[in-house]
Amino acid sequence: MTGGDAALLVEHLTMRFGGLVAVSDLSFAARRGDITALIGPNGAGKTTVFNCITGFYKPTEGRIALRHGDVAAWGALEALTDRGSRSARTRDGVLFLLERTPDYLVAQQARVARTFQNIRLFPGMTALENLLVAQHNRLMVASGFTLLGILGFPSYGRAERVAIDQARYWLERTGLIDRADDPAGDLPYGDQRRLEIARAMCTGPVLLCLDEPAAGLNPRESADLNELLLAIRADHDTSILLIEHDMSVVMSISDHVVVLDYGVKIADGTPDQVRNDAKVIAAYLGVEDAEVEEVEAEVGL
Amino acid sequence: MKVDAPAAGRRVDVAGAVKDAAIAAAIGFGLFLPLIGFRTVQNMRNELVLETRWPLLLAFVAIIAAARLFGSLVIAPWRERRRDRPAPPAAASAIRTALARLLPPFGLGFVVVYPLLVLWITGFGGAVKWIDNFGIQILIYVMLGWGLNIVVGLAGLLDLGYVAFYAVGAYAYALLAKTFGLSFWILLPLAGCLSAFWGILLGFPVLRLRGDYLAIVTLAFGEIIRLILINWVAFSNGYAGISGIPRPTFFGIPFNASDDGFAAVFGLEFSPLYRTIFLYYVILALSLVTAGVTVRLRRLPVGRAWEALREDETACRSLGINTTNTKLTAFAMGAMFAGFAGSFFAARQGFISPESFTFLESATILSIVVLGGMGSQVGVAIAAIAMIGGTEILRQLDFLKEIFGGNFDPAQYRMLLFGLAMVLIMIWRPRGLISTRRPSTFLKERKLRARSQVSAALVEEGHR
Repeated sequence: MTGGDAALLVEHLTMRFGGLVAVSDLSFAARRGDITALIGPNGAGKTTVFNCITGFYKPTEGRIALRHGDVAAWGALEALTDRGSRSARTRDGVLFLLERTPDYLVAQQARVARTFQNIRLFPGMTALENLLVAQHNRLMVASGFTLLGILGFPSYGRAERVAIDQARYWLERTGLIDRADDPAGDLPYGDQRRLEIARAMCTGPVLLCLDEPAAGLNPRESADLNELLLAIRADHDTSILLIEHDMSVVMSISDHVVVLDYGVKIADGTPDQVRNDAKVIAAYLGVEDAEVEEVEAEVGL
Repeated sequence: MKVDAPAAGRRVDVAGAVKDAAIAAAIGFGLFLPLIGFRTVQNMRNELVLETRWPLLLAFVAIIAAARLFGSLVIAPWRERRRDRPAPPAAASAIRTALARLLPPFGLGFVVVYPLLVLWITGFGGAVKWIDNFGIQILIYVMLGWGLNIVVGLAGLLDLGYVAFYAVGAYAYALLAKTFGLSFWILLPLAGCLSAFWGILLGFPVLRLRGDYLAIVTLAFGEIIRLILINWVAFSNGYAGISGIPRPTFFGIPFNASDDGFAAVFGLEFSPLYRTIFLYYVILALSLVTAGVTVRLRRLPVGRAWEALREDETACRSLGINTTNTKLTAFAMGAMFAGFAGSFFAARQGFISPESFTFLESATILSIVVLGGMGSQVGVAIAAIAMIGGTEILRQLDFLKEIFGGNFDPAQYRMLLFGLAMVLIMIWRPRGLISTRRPSTFLKERKLRARSQVSAALVEEGHR
């Protein structure tokens, strides 16, 4: 199978924790430049899928492939899988097999950035410092792996100014520029959510994985978030993968929705298709397919 | 506490205070009865007999009751009153920030002129004691504290075996200088590199551990190094230690009474003081290098990564930071400075033995870092001065012998005093003397200095 215009290709992904099958034989593709939403009731295995994609878990079975560059790069997929290495560079682009890549390399080389369901900022560091840490690898090279930096070579100063400009750009985009020098732990909840997205974007990702970015936001904040995500998609070469419970976010911005229930994919399509899918409604209402209409009548849908 | 008419102020509840003191005394009695009340001694026929010490026990109980009574009758109302008073005016905090700004340059100026100042005050006779016991000794610990601060304060890795790297540095200098006759200035960086190498060697297997587990393994590593030094007699001469270690020279000119010695070359009268003053400036320079490098590192990506690691390791990995390497650099950097300090220590003493590298040393260095406030350079320096200088001052309090009798050695009580200091710091400043964190960079010019500090409540202490 080749990925077509997909940026991320997940095939037969299975994750078992002892006897528990958290994700079972899941396959989907996230197209380049799309916002793909991963939804499902609590405990459906969405965050597990995220952890597999970002390398925090090593999946029990399955293949997770990511493409940089041209569509033609998919041609090297089978050869790469057989070879047993992590990535393959061809004339058309680079392919990564994320299930073989440790977590920090997923971010560093495959350029997949993520946010966390429970915010994980560096609370004692300022918003600006948080964004500079995100540019660690680039700055590390510029500082000659600390050696040139400690001797005060100007190349590091230049690189740091570029990094600060990049941070400033994202602080402006997320409306946090006035709080740049405040500790991240001091920011209100909604600002922390946005700062985490800004931090992820500062790594320069091709794929941005957002784990419930709208959780705990009020309606106005989640409307702002919608705009931010749409702007990221429009202005940057970044595909977005999104876990979300807030249907106002999912339905209004996603191009493509994948629905999970008990670790199994039950639907896959455009927001409209998914919204009208009987299986999805059943899963969300927690009843068998046959009873859906009955329950819908009961709750007045 | 009963509250009467607010205008009349608060009345102190005497009956309640007495009752509270009685309860404390009863608990003290129960606790100290077996500890102090009874004592077993051997009599002339080598039999164990039980001896009672009622007066001493009574004295302890009385002290407890009196202290408790004093606390509830005097201190508690005083604190109450203090709390009611409005917050101190802005002038007080302005003085505080001004003090915080002026302390480092003035402190630096003071340590630079310190030997000359001592020389001026005490003359040639008494100066060695003050420069060596106070100046050099304290600066060694300041340097060790700053070195450990990188590991514990910045990277948040709790290291209980830091003295192992100090030992590696000391033995590296001692053995290489004695065997190959290399000079201090060649061996100083070499000893640092060797210590850093050992830091990496230890780091590789253990840095996947976190918090308490890491602490235990580093503790064990510290003991392993010490036990190897004790038992591998062929290598390190065991308990007997290594003596006759070559002393550092003034860039080739030895400090001795010979014709080509330092005093003769510079046309001075021979005195051992010149070496001491030279050593003082060497360790001062080494400490300042440690501080300078640390300050620089904090502004480099690696330093920010260390702090980020302390704050949240998972988030670091999600940003593509190789956490293993980052931890290793922190470990190696800390170990390197310990190695420098160790080789200086060996060169200054001329004699080293495993006795100098016990767990107590690690604990002292760690408590300097914790007391000073993790991550704070100034705090660590103040804590080192208080702890090491305090010990030395206890040694100097000879007049106490006249009060308590000839057997009284105040230095024996230093652990008690350290413990007390720790408890007090824990109550009043749980994050150490200077607990706020200074951001490593600012987007805008810092207009308000008071606001440019990160409160301690937000900063993680790592080692969770």
